[in-house]
Amino acid sequence: MFDNLSNRLDGIVKRLRGKGRLTEADVDEVMKEIRSALLEADVNVTVVRSVCNRIREHAIGATRSQALDPGQQVVKAVSDELTRILGGETLAIKYAPKPPTVILMAGLQGSGKTTATGKLAHWFKSQGRQPLLVGADLQRPAAVEQLRTLGRQVDVPVFSDPQDPVLTAFEGVEEAKRLGRDVVIVDTAGRLSIDAEMMEQVRLISGAVSPDYTFLVIDAMTGQDAVQTAEAFHHTLQIDGVILSKLDGDARGGAALSVKEVIGRPIAFASTGEKLDAFEQFHPDRMAGRILGMGDMLTLIEQAEKAFEADQAEKAAARLMEGEFTLDDFLEQMQALKKMGPLSGILGMMPGMPKELKNAKIGDDDLKPIEAIIHSMTAEERARPQIISGSRRARIARGSGREPGEVSRLVKQFGEMQKMMKKMGMSAGKKGKRGGLPGLGGMRGMPDMSELEQMMGGQGGVPGLPR
Amino acid sequence: MELYWIFLILAVAVMVFGLGVVLINRRRAQRTVVSARPAPRPAAPPPKAADPGDAIGDTLVAEPEPVVEPVLEPASLRDRLAKARLAFTGAFTGVLGRSAITDDTWDDLEEALLRADVGLGVTEALLGDLKERVKAKEITEPSALLDALQHDMVARLQGSDRTVRFDDTLEPGCPNVWMFVGVNGVGKTTTIGKLARQQVDSGRSVLLAAGDTFRAAAAEQLGTWAERSGVDFVRGADGGDPSSVIFDGVERAAAKQIDLVLADTAGRLHTKTNLMEELKKVRRVAEKGAGTVTETLLVIDATTGQNGLAQAREFREATDVTGVVLTKLDGSARGGIVFAIETELGIPIKLVGIGEQIGDLVPFDPAEFVSALFDTY
Repeated sequence: MFDNLSNRLDGIVKRLRGKGRLTEADVDEVMKEIRSALLEADVNVTVVRSVCNRIREHAIGATRSQALDPGQQVVKAVSDELTRILGGETLAIKYAPKPPTVILMAGLQGSGKTTATGKLAHWFKSQGRQPLLVGADLQRPAAVEQLRTLGRQVDVPVFSDPQDPVLTAFEGVEEAKRLGRDVVIVDTAGRLSIDAEMMEQVRLISGAVSPDYTFLVIDAMTGQDAVQTAEAFHHTLQIDGVILSKLDGDARGGAALSVKEVIGRPIAFASTGEKLDAFEQFHPDRMAGRILGMGDMLTLIEQAEKAFEADQAEKAAARLMEGEFTLDDFLEQMQALKKMGPLSGILGMMPGMPKELKNAKIGDDDLKPIEAIIHSMTAEERARPQIISGSRRARIARGSGREPGEVSRLVKQFGEMQKMMKKMGMSAGKKGKRGGLPGLGGMRGMPDMSELEQMMGGQGGVPGLPR
Repeated sequence: MELYWIFLILAVAVMVFGLGVVLINRRRAQRTVVSARPAPRPAAPPPKAADPGDAIGDTLVAEPEPVVEPVLEPASLRDRLAKARLAFTGAFTGVLGRSAITDDTWDDLEEALLRADVGLGVTEALLGDLKERVKAKEITEPSALLDALQHDMVARLQGSDRTVRFDDTLEPGCPNVWMFVGVNGVGKTTTIGKLARQQVDSGRSVLLAAGDTFRAAAAEQLGTWAERSGVDFVRGADGGDPSSVIFDGVERAAAKQIDLVLADTAGRLHTKTNLMEELKKVRRVAEKGAGTVTETLLVIDATTGQNGLAQAREFREATDVTGVVLTKLDGSARGGIVFAIETELGIPIKLVGIGEQIGDLVPFDPAEFVSALFDTY
């Protein structure tokens, strides 16, 4: 999301570097770039105009001051403005004092409501709640069936009554009270904002259940229409927050930013993958960092915490520092990494990754050869890869269906990595708890990890970007 | 992707996360010991790049702080939007209201095109051309400018073959196969449902193959449509291999001498390499038996923004897309992105979905589409 914008900003900074002062002509040129980046990201035309005007004012102001590098001044202006628009804090769900907390889902057809409903139920479960799903989409064939399947997958009961959507919603809440479920999520049929009859129906559903939260599901790929849709739904239902779906594609999601700006309601959740747990609370401040190419370390670390067993990781890390890290450990950690979600997504969120790596298409299937090779080794070979001789290599290659050359490259790489890690372990020991990752940057072809180090070990803040 | 690179990247990632978890746990443990007193929350917004340990420590949900009403800072923005839209009703009334072609005229036109999701590149190309002609005094009146713009746009859409191809020279027992692809939620299944009925009404025998084995209840949804039109229907197990479902569908159609197989596929984001590979396989396997794929239709939702172009590119790459179906044009979205898809990628728009009824899937008409691009609700 927003890759293009951060790339362009990079370009601008490079071009302006070395210029002592910005002229108004420079600013105009920069503004053109920013404008087209925003438009290509599907930010609403009107929002683009107002955003650009504000950035321009800042940037013009910057031409008069000599305090900072002009390129940085412009980036700062963009950064401030984006942060302001994405704005505020993460939406904190306040549960109803008298359960159940009722949640109403609304949106256009195909925006991903039913899937988001299932994922939200899963999320509430992970928060220790007991949700009930209510299928009030009686319009689309098999929509309730889809919800039931999702309900089974996340182990949450589903209520529906095929007679009438308003009645179903109402009875659903009653059912939740009866069953003692503390959260009710009502899925409704997709509807066009200009379909008066259907809008009236969802208003009636809302009236029948008086939801604590009404979420509007918006597809991250939506174009200019998002604003109109959001306004129409907000007008009818009083939206409390937006759920941004399909954010795992390459859509830049500018529409969502516009919606926040126009109806003034935050993006509460974002759906980032096909799996049911690929759903997270939306953190506007982190997103601003991501837009500016600072990566999204916080989200990554949270995901990592879920995937890696803490004590297991601790042991592995200790062995690593002492240079005793084995291929078994590596395999184990790699599998944990896979649990964090698609590799390409993880790489995208890592700060300091070179563009070629970020854009490289690495599917989880690409890991299979590596796993195959390691699996084809004996326990002894995994513990001490240096014993792998010509005949062992040929056997491993046969067993994994790979070339012997690939086996030896993997072993060689692993050896280099081990050495590197040992060195690192020693210097990290000297530096004490700062625990950075020095030495990595020097490794051949290795991405520059200094920013990462800074974020993880230091007090935050990325060098080169003004705060 | 070379193994070497993957290994390097993995190595880094594994290290970083393994270590990261450990370090953060340690830091947090230290913090809880050292600072037993609750850190006072600053009134000012916290710095953007806060200490990671801190932010993780907060379980954001349980935070007792009240939800801060988001500040609707530019209160007038909504008004401005409303006004912008009014002014746009017409973009054209604005343009026509002036006695001459001014800078504002160009701004109005640009905004109208952008608002319809036509995209910046195409918009600049269209208007650049017209600017030349205005400069050369070929066009002097605002009304003539509007006519020229619409005329240009329609002209760019002329000459494409928009027939949905059905090869009736194929032997009986060799069905035509129309395959439907696209991202999630664009309306593939619904499109197939409508098309099935239309094809039956025009005298062809039809079979629906439920190649979406991924989404919960997708096959049930297609099955309902099959029932409604009384056509044959083949499905597989949930989570099964979509290629084999479609292959089975084609085989069944061949055996029963059915004319046409409509093959549904699971919605997939065009960025998911493995899913796109799966789709390539589905496309290959669909022709393994007696059938011939005579159309591969990319379904695009009218609300789609600039991302539609990337979708079209990737799906074409994977499955040799032969046409576009533009759905949900009955809403407030105008689907301008298909203009770019056709003019830049050369994929013709063939069908348009304009409502919920079976008859609401109609052939694409360039002139109607262009004039509707500028309509407002």
